[in-house]
Amino acid sequence: MSRLETDSGSTTRAAASAERPGSRARSTARSRSSAGLATVLRVGLSRIRYETRIYFRTTDSVFFTFLFPFIMLAIFTAAFGSSGNVGAAPDGTGGISVGAYYLPGMLAAGMLLSGVQNLAVDIAGEKGDGTLKRLGGTPLSPLSYFIGKIGQVLVTGIFQAALLILVARVLLGIDLPTEPGKWLTFAWVFLFGVVTCAFLGIALSALPRSGKSATAVVIPIVLILQFISGVYLQFYLLPDWMQNLASVFPLKWMAQGMRGVFLPDSFASLEQSGAWDFPLIALNLAIWLVVGLVLSRVTFRWIRKDT
Amino acid sequence: MELSPPVVRVRDLHKSYGDFNAVRGISFDIEAGETFALLGPNGAGKSTAIEILEGYRDRTSGEVSVLGVDPQRGGLGWKSRLGIVLQSSGESGNVTVTEQLTHFAGLYPRPRRVAEVIEAVGLEPKAKTRISKLSGGQRRRVDVALGIIGRPELLFLDEPTTGFDPEARHQFWDLVRRLKAEGTTILLTTHYLDEAAQLGDRAGVINDGRLIDIGAIGEIGGADARVPLVRWRDASGTLQEKRTQEPARLVAELAAASGGEPGNLEVIRPSLEDIYLGLVRGSRPASGTTDAADALGNDAEVLA
Repeated sequence: MSRLETDSGSTTRAAASAERPGSRARSTARSRSSAGLATVLRVGLSRIRYETRIYFRTTDSVFFTFLFPFIMLAIFTAAFGSSGNVGAAPDGTGGISVGAYYLPGMLAAGMLLSGVQNLAVDIAGEKGDGTLKRLGGTPLSPLSYFIGKIGQVLVTGIFQAALLILVARVLLGIDLPTEPGKWLTFAWVFLFGVVTCAFLGIALSALPRSGKSATAVVIPIVLILQFISGVYLQFYLLPDWMQNLASVFPLKWMAQGMRGVFLPDSFASLEQSGAWDFPLIALNLAIWLVVGLVLSRVTFRWIRKDT
Repeated sequence: MELSPPVVRVRDLHKSYGDFNAVRGISFDIEAGETFALLGPNGAGKSTAIEILEGYRDRTSGEVSVLGVDPQRGGLGWKSRLGIVLQSSGESGNVTVTEQLTHFAGLYPRPRRVAEVIEAVGLEPKAKTRISKLSGGQRRRVDVALGIIGRPELLFLDEPTTGFDPEARHQFWDLVRRLKAEGTTILLTTHYLDEAAQLGDRAGVINDGRLIDIGAIGEIGGADARVPLVRWRDASGTLQEKRTQEPARLVAELAAASGGEPGNLEVIRPSLEDIYLGLVRGSRPASGTTDAADALGNDAEVLA
């Protein structure tokens, strides 16, 4: 064992560190607060790397969040592939393959899983196993922590979506949109949806009473949403009341947005209003983003105080 | 140094959870550079008191100042001056020792070097091993390493050596002494009284939410509690014991009186553990177990 570096300068260091971000000193100078923001961002970026590394090392998150949409796409393609194209004419011509029909739903499911399921289970677990308590005793800003979580969802979500689209194109031979406008739509629906889901995941992590019960609380919610929102079942075949119920939640709109990007425009007539309704998609996601932000801000604690 | 304010100042601290009063009015100071041991049985209020100092819990009443700051208002700058080793936790640990320490070092303004800290806690051979693959004692060393990576002015060690083998404990004591030599103020809780005796300058004993004694490690419990105890079995077979400042003289008298070797003779100098147990039981220690020169048959009931 070696000697620890002797710290004769601890008093001056202490004085310097007392002025770091988060210090409540009212006299914070402009330059100092911008240094504080720089620290928050720098640490936030290091959190993204750290969180993403842990995500890919955790079997549960790789299987139930990252690979799940791939598995479902494979199952649907194998199970229903032989029963003909979706939306075909009575004589069996036209329409699109089962895989092509389910791809948008699986992309939307991936967004939901990467955001809501992943973060709700992950953060509830961190609360239960003492990770958050440890972090709460360090000078980590909660903002940096959130940047790390949202960033991890973005990085893994983008990777997942890109891989799904690649598999769809290369293995399943699904035609992808060629118009740049469609891809632009894809980009905003995807980013908007993933960030909304990430905040909803942080908010939902407050619900489980313990880390162990997290999956039992979160997975049914996520699963039911997938069934009623047109991910596993063709949305236009669902009864009106179920469609209306699903319309409250963001997954229905994310799936609709993805269908609007990847399905031929003739399929718009199967939607509730007979159109893709992109403005309504943006409106629903915006409302849920605000709900998620507010709930995350109100409910998040490093530890449950005084229980 | 006499003029510098105490690093920790606690006055009439109270903490209630509903009807339960976990802490009922404790007061103490910890001076800069001091190692203070907080002792007490499970459920005595130790952890509650420490978590109030760490900023994890809000107090019901009383005054608390840690590094000149009220922990309830402690910001990130204040936290960067603390090192906290909590009681063991069950984190999943899908990162290596080096990755974890490097990440945590990045949270502090003036961290120690990662390699230096890994070496100091004796985990060099495990530096590239995932924390989930480490033994309980090794994980505990990671906890300690994370507590000191930020170069804290005040270090909280809550039962730090739980699960350590004897060699690891001695290495850990060396590490704590080096931290102390650097000027780190340390608040230690432990169930190992020898550990408190090895490391502590002063100790406080908490029982039932109250500080029942406080003082230098060598003085806690009072002088009476340190009077050696002589125990022997007399000719009729009855167990006798007597406290005396002159145990050798008593033993010589006993030997002369019985004309031979007194049965089951023990001379017992009360250890900190005996004194502590005596305090916690609300009485002076009746007897002890250690330091018994030529203990002939260590009776099982000596601590009764």
